[in-house]
Amino acid sequence: MKYLFSLPLFCCLLAPLAAQEAYLPWRAENFAIAAPLGGLQGDAARGRAIVASRERGNCISCHLLPIPEHPMHGTLAPPLFGVGARLSAGELRLRVVDEKLINPETIMPAFYRDPARYHRPHPDHATTILTAQEVEDVVAYLVTLR
Amino acid sequence: MRRVLLAAIALLPLAAPAWEQPVSGYAYLPEQMQAMQDDEFENPGMYTVEDGGTLFRAPGYNGNSCAGCHGDNGSGLDRKGIARYPVYSTRHGGPLTLHQRINDCREQHLDEFPLTYDEPELIKLETFVRHLARGEPVNVDVSGPLKPWYDSGKALYHTRIGQLDMSCHHCHDRYVDLKLRDQVLNQGHSNAFPAHRLLTGGVSSLHGKFRDCYATLRALPYEVGSEEFIALEVYLHARGNGLPIETPGIRR
Ligand code: HEC
Repeated sequence: MKYLFSLPLFCCLLAPLAAQEAYLPWRAENFAIAAPLGGLQGDAARGRAIVASRERGNCISCHLLPIPEHPMHGTLAPPLFGVGARLSAGELRLRVVDEKLINPETIMPAFYRDPARYHRPHPDHATTILTAQEVEDVVAYLVTLR
Repeated sequence: MRRVLLAAIALLPLAAPAWEQPVSGYAYLPEQMQAMQDDEFENPGMYTVEDGGTLFRAPGYNGNSCAGCHGDNGSGLDRKGIARYPVYSTRHGGPLTLHQRINDCREQHLDEFPLTYDEPELIKLETFVRHLARGEPVNVDVSGPLKPWYDSGKALYHTRIGQLDMSCHHCHDRYVDLKLRDQVLNQGHSNAFPAHRLLTGGVSSLHGKFRDCYATLRALPYEVGSEEFIALEVYLHARGNGLPIETPGIRR
């Protein structure tokens, strides 16, 4: 099965977002996003910090991760130990960008979804959750979990 | 993309709670907080009950007081009646929450100007009145004219909101008993409200708590007393029918 998603670049039309970076389009094929967002290079060390940060990724609120200095990991989602061996970088990227394209009913937030599609976003949070660079940093970190 | 979205929408009405019996958030509290809630002298929410009692006995614009009709300590009020709110009101042509009932009563019988929803005075009065029914099982009838509000409250409960794009249903039906950060998710019932919240150190109304949840999901909350939150209140109370009223409960 093949899915093709290409999303338009019209976020820059929204006034409050003008100062923010523009929302970058991406394409998912075969349950993966092969190309890095904006062609950016990720950094695993920064990714690790984002994954643990309450304000940014906050992945540890749901997933158990090998980040022992943070004691309060959630248990509602599968642990991500070894996920870099199970999934390719492109498959990991799609899961971070929008897990709903894999499981429409999931609780996992889409970290890089077109903000125009949110329902009642708070005006302070009418952007993607992570920036394109942060998504790439997180993916670079997940790839190291083998 | 359309197809995926449509599939998601089609699945919504089928999504049922993962639990069979409602369990109060009380069961999820550490023992120390349970003891605090149970002990009338330790429970900080009792200050609000006392304040509400004072207002209950205070004369209004025309000299009448709530106590004038319902007794100094509210002994004339029916516990079972309190547990039935929100009820359908023909006068309003829709649901009437206990909060609105108290406001209406002040207006009609004390000749007071109505207060805006969730004004501190009304929260105190509601806390006092609901506390009179402590232990009484919630008993909201949604089989009759309240059904449309129950249904729209339920739809709202299942609607994804905000930047995090989750719904109430995700945490409080699907992932109950699992941990989000350091918190075990409970079923999200309304029977403790108005409740004393340790986070704020004060009593919070149910609609205040809704606004908090919306903020957590980085969503734009509806107003307290809005049609949306009243429908959500109808749904929530009915969803927890049978749970004992705990007002003032202790919650995080
Ligand atoms: C609100 C809870 C929640 C948050 C926050 C969350 N996830 Fe998830 N995640 C889930 C759940 C639940 C699943 C299981 C699959 C599903 O429900 O779709 C999942 C699945 C995944 C998967 C696929 C795992 C596999 O073995 O197939 C990856 C990878 C993942 N999440 C990474 C992340 C990253 C990285 C973050 C932070 C940027 C994150 N998640 C934040 C709940 C969450």
